[in-house]
Amino acid sequence: MASSTGELVQPGRGRGIIDVYKHRFLLQLLVRKEIKIRYRGSVLGLLWSYVKPLMQFSIYFVALGIFLDMQRGTPNYAIYLFAGIVLVNFFTESLGNATRSIVDNRDLIRKIYLPRELFPVSTVWVSAAHFLPQLVVLLGACLIAGWRPSIWQLLAAVAAFILVAILAIGLGLLFGAANVYFRDSENIVDMILMVVTWASPVLYVWPMVERVMGPWFFLYQLNPVTVAVEVFHWAFWFPTLESGPASESATPPDLIGLWLPAAFGVALVILVVGQVVFKKLSVHFAQEL
Amino acid sequence: MTMSETVTDAVAITCRNLRKKFVLRHTRSMKEAIVWLLTGRKGDLSKKFDALKDVSLDVVQGETVALLGLNGSGKSTLLKLISGVLQPDEGTVHTRGRVAGLIEVGAGFHHDLSGRDNVYLNGAILGMTQSQIDAMFDSIVEFSEIGEFIDTEVKFYSSGMYLKLAFSIAVHTDPEVFLIDEILAVGDEPFQRKCIAKIKELAAAGKTLFVVSHDLDLVASVCDRGILLEHGQIIMDGEVHEVVRELRRRSAD
Repeated sequence: MASSTGELVQPGRGRGIIDVYKHRFLLQLLVRKEIKIRYRGSVLGLLWSYVKPLMQFSIYFVALGIFLDMQRGTPNYAIYLFAGIVLVNFFTESLGNATRSIVDNRDLIRKIYLPRELFPVSTVWVSAAHFLPQLVVLLGACLIAGWRPSIWQLLAAVAAFILVAILAIGLGLLFGAANVYFRDSENIVDMILMVVTWASPVLYVWPMVERVMGPWFFLYQLNPVTVAVEVFHWAFWFPTLESGPASESATPPDLIGLWLPAAFGVALVILVVGQVVFKKLSVHFAQEL
Repeated sequence: MTMSETVTDAVAITCRNLRKKFVLRHTRSMKEAIVWLLTGRKGDLSKKFDALKDVSLDVVQGETVALLGLNGSGKSTLLKLISGVLQPDEGTVHTRGRVAGLIEVGAGFHHDLSGRDNVYLNGAILGMTQSQIDAMFDSIVEFSEIGEFIDTEVKFYSSGMYLKLAFSIAVHTDPEVFLIDEILAVGDEPFQRKCIAKIKELAAAGKTLFVVSHDLDLVASVCDRGILLEHGQIIMDGEVHEVVRELRRRSAD
């Protein structure tokens, strides 16, 4: 007879997102699987990860930069635009896929117990892998434009990326769990994602918003994605500018000292809420799917 | 040994007063739910039935248990509660050591990945570490009889090859407790015989087995203890041949 090993435990009671770290080998395999099958059977393969954002960038640049003449008021508008687009793309892809991740993996969830947080978290990792080629393109453009960032600007960019990842995981847990019960959740998220590109200064510049909102501008700044985009501008676009009147108002005041920590606060609260809701709802995933 | 009230160290699975309700019809749209809330929650949104009512049992380490019963008696539900896929509405389940299920093998397979990639993915899903899979890899491939096709995408496999590989991974996960649900009907006859031999080998090695199958002669030859479920309740718990006889008598009526 086998000797007893370990304590008696209750099966299927996870410790939430902490368990994902314990299962990081599986997480790594899930992420690799998604990356492998994303472009299966396509001739261009991973090149699509470059082509699609470049196309999106070209459309915006021609329509807004040239037709609406944004590039007159905003020097290096192309870099300004692209720095925002790549970050917002990371967010929309992460959240969109995380929302669908639980329902998409229903075959597995119905049959085998795994920490279910693995699925939304892995989609965010996959999106990060697709963010990398876009970042390479952005860095190339920045270097051509004479980019000389400080170490603080680079660190701030990393922080902004982590900020967006935390927010995407938090909202992904929330909507991914809700999606099991109400498939409307997917459509709500699609709507949020439509708004996100315009709710942050990606295509326009922040002083335009301040002019309209006046004392209520802080509401605009409470959106973590807005702050992250502004930090990306500070890190990638600002160091390519000649000093002059345009660069004076390049970033909102108190961006790093006040708004970045505040945005982390907001994102972490959303993560905790997402985790609590996810944990409560995940108990019945297997029978609801 | 059966239904002992004293929980010793050697207990592998212990269930106490398990109850599991299922919802038969469920609303899928927010509109319906909001209307229901606004109209003062009149009527029930859904119908419920008890898949399991007040099930208690203990399985000691090294025991081989056959869970018997007709369709809809709650066997698979009980297995899912033990594996943690489902949570009970009342009562508790406790298990000791790693529990792995040969439940619907191949659930974690991805058709566009090669056999090799799927071995790693599935091994990890079933709770193996990287080094365990590395160590077991050759043995898994050999047992599955897949041979050179291991680097082919599994969508090109025949259904037999697919199941053989999935089963081979599952039996190599080496947990303390094995949950087996209708799996013994895998592949052609020689492979089936090999599977059954493997399962007997596991039982002889002191693994705890918890088997659900409708092949009564087979479970009787693998297991020592039988538990008979009917309408979500245990109605008999004893030596496997006696329980099989009882089930046959009841289904003949």
